[in-house]
Amino acid sequence: MTANQEIKNTYSPTGNLLADGEFLEDIRRQMIRFATLQLSDSHMAEDAVQEALIGALKNVASFGGRAALKTWVFAILKNKIADVLRHKQRTVNIGSLVNDEDEEADLSELFDRKGFWQPDERPVAWGNPEESLREGQFWQVFEACLDGLPPKQARVFMMREFIELDADEICVTVELSTSNLHVLLHRARLRLRECVENKWYLQGERNDELS
Amino acid sequence: MMNCREATQLMSASQERELSLAERMSLGVHTMMCKGCHNYKQQMGTLRTITRAYAKGKNEQLENKS
Repeated sequence: MTANQEIKNTYSPTGNLLADGEFLEDIRRQMIRFATLQLSDSHMAEDAVQEALIGALKNVASFGGRAALKTWVFAILKNKIADVLRHKQRTVNIGSLVNDEDEEADLSELFDRKGFWQPDERPVAWGNPEESLREGQFWQVFEACLDGLPPKQARVFMMREFIELDADEICVTVELSTSNLHVLLHRARLRLRECVENKWYLQGERNDELS
Repeated sequence: MMNCREATQLMSASQERELSLAERMSLGVHTMMCKGCHNYKQQMGTLRTITRAYAKGKNEQLENKS
């Protein structure tokens, strides 16, 4: 982006953003997906997204462009969802948790019978992880990995790491025992770690760049 | 000695609660001897950094710059 464009975006983003139906629709779709996953109720999700969007668009003049607007909108949405979750305890039901067979199948791919890493699953060093955060492609990989998590795992993982609820809040909200929450988060992290490692850190092109 | 499965469980749990002294010690011994779990431990921190950056819209800001 040139300096001129930057100035233009900083000082007159309003009309452009509001007029860009495609941009708004895209952002709305992402918000709905996120809110529905968290609230498991499409009406509550629609409401939360609606409120967040209205709140953000009222202040649209003060945003320096799409990225800033989107960050802001999602920050509002996160707060709304956290409120809804805290106040609507028990209405959100995560259902009967994991069944033990799934759990075993999941973990036996990663660990041998004695509970040690299978040789080809053993985590490798990630080199310079901060570097990845500056690469657009990395985020596509990360998003795909998040999308690949089973819904229950994705849900509690996002509550914990995205909305930043603490463990007790999550347990109350989704009626989960602490130990079951730990199981779900453990599995989510195992999967996510594996996916990011396989799809990003172990890819040939990355190694070429390093050498 | 604790196995890798138990070690990863503890490392995940440490993101939610403080580990006891006994847990920290046996985990410490394990990660000292196990390269895989040593790497896993680093990655737990990285995963959190990545997710928080993602939540803050880091990916979008990047896309806009390019």
